[in-house]
Amino acid sequence: MSEDRLDVRKTYKLLINGAFPRSESGRSYEVTTTKGEFVANVAQGSRKDVRDAVVAARAAQAKWWAQSAYGRGQVIYRLAEMAESRRDELAEHVRLCEGLSPKKAQARVSRAIDRVVWYAGWTDKIAQILGSSNPVAGPFFNFSVPVPSGVVGVVADQDSSLEAFVDAVLAPIAVGNTVVAIASEKRPTPAALLGEMTATSDFPGGVLNIVTGFTGEVAPTLAAHEDVDGIDLGGVDEDFANDLAHSAAGSIKRVLRPSPTDEASLRRLRAFVETSTVWHTIGQ
Amino acid sequence: MSTSPLRLVTSDAREVQLPSGSTLPAVESESQLRGLLAGLSGVDAVGAEARAAKLATRSLKKTTKLAALDLAISMVDLTTLEGADTPGRVTSLCTKALHPDPSDASVPSVAAVCVYPDLVAHARHVLGTSSVKVAAVATSFPSGRASLNVKLLDVREAVTAGADEIDMVIDRGAFLSGRLGQVFDEVVAVKEACDGAPLKVILETGELVTYDNVRRASWIAMLAGADFIKTSTGKVSVSSTLPAALVMLEAVRDFAEATGALVGVKVAGGIRSSKDALRYLVVVNETTGSAWLTPDRFRFGASSLLNDLLMQRLKQRSGAYVRADEFSGD
Repeated sequence: MSEDRLDVRKTYKLLINGAFPRSESGRSYEVTTTKGEFVANVAQGSRKDVRDAVVAARAAQAKWWAQSAYGRGQVIYRLAEMAESRRDELAEHVRLCEGLSPKKAQARVSRAIDRVVWYAGWTDKIAQILGSSNPVAGPFFNFSVPVPSGVVGVVADQDSSLEAFVDAVLAPIAVGNTVVAIASEKRPTPAALLGEMTATSDFPGGVLNIVTGFTGEVAPTLAAHEDVDGIDLGGVDEDFANDLAHSAAGSIKRVLRPSPTDEASLRRLRAFVETSTVWHTIGQ
Repeated sequence: MSTSPLRLVTSDAREVQLPSGSTLPAVESESQLRGLLAGLSGVDAVGAEARAAKLATRSLKKTTKLAALDLAISMVDLTTLEGADTPGRVTSLCTKALHPDPSDASVPSVAAVCVYPDLVAHARHVLGTSSVKVAAVATSFPSGRASLNVKLLDVREAVTAGADEIDMVIDRGAFLSGRLGQVFDEVVAVKEACDGAPLKVILETGELVTYDNVRRASWIAMLAGADFIKTSTGKVSVSSTLPAALVMLEAVRDFAEATGALVGVKVAGGIRSSKDALRYLVVVNETTGSAWLTPDRFRFGASSLLNDLLMQRLKQRSGAYVRADEFSGD
């Protein structure tokens, strides 16, 4: 490679409906390392981008849930395969964003990828854990089965740029929801990279949508959006989370305020499911 | 000339100056009609598309947007034209037409409901004496492939059943094969059969191939006495487009300047979002002027558009984006 070759500079885009648009607003902002060195330009999403993402997520949800649980697991496992083959790039960005040593960054990427596999495994097992066959006084089978809430908004963790993001978006997706995620404001590139990998993992467009930008600007729109059925407020402080939960109440959303011990836990998987109970006559 | 109080944008759109004493030219023969049409200048297709695209970038904000949304709601011809239409479906359509948002009395009624002729009597019964009109698509809609007698009977039955407005289709086959006199005569005959009911003439711009044809068909319809010219049936793959509507609005403007007759425009087919609807309103305002920003001169033929208008209206008022299932479907 010659020395005088022009740089191929990359602006990290949004992920909406399987495409990678710039923000509708045309804005972008600079992401820097913890020491203030330039990392990349990233699209600065707007309220309208959030709106478009919710439309895409809503449109994709029924189809994603209609896919077999096994099939959903295969798609998520494929994401792990893609992440594994681009792990150095992920680790580099985790290192830059979080200010870690290369070795620690690699370890975090490994944990994140393992967690993707973990969620892939749960897709066709969650019903056995959260579902039940209920005894009833009559000649009926009575089953309770977990069904997805629908469209889930995620305000992703501000510090853990990849691991917490994987938890926050894949838990709802594994159980059949579609997600609109607002990535960490100062550390968005690992999430954006993961988004790029979904494009080569058979993720149907709209299942995972990622908006990068200023959390304070876009999160209220997501929280108040009436077509969002649940919201994960992992990435905002106590006071702001209270405000957002308050506006989420207007449309009776499920609100998750995760604690650090929720990593890769059943509590995560259970956060955005509803219970559907069906009766079926015996012997018919 | 009545003017709507709403001005969508500050613009230099020209207001129509009516020459006093001007009247419709009488068309007495096909060759005379050809002569009239030959006097029309050709449409700059690239220019029309560029102008429509440019106007589509205009953005309406805040109070203007709210006013425009309400205006658009009042211009909707709420339409159901399916083989599977039932009286029950028409009942719910009419109920929705009267009170598009039952939770908010400040939402205006729509302009009309648009149904097939056999359901006119039922729609009339449900709507009673309200301001909402009943429009019927007659003349063997959507293809128009029937004899003139059948078409006229179709129209007369619809009018007898209580239709306030008639939407007819022109014979595109005749138009495209050059039998312009036949197209003209049919519109004249249908207009007569309407017995005073306003007549909307569907040009089906998606089948007319060129903008020049759209302009010519617009003039034929207007010369023959159309009260509205309408873009499409909504039953062919290319429905209403902004440039085609622009060309029709220009024809309407020129016609008004030449004859003093104010003809309305109805756009129909494929208009589903508020954004699209507002773009049309901008084009109307910039082409014919605000005198056309009234349900008497501009209509949207649509069904799902109404819900999107209601959603955007609610969003403007509450600040939060709204669920699609907040409003009743078909």
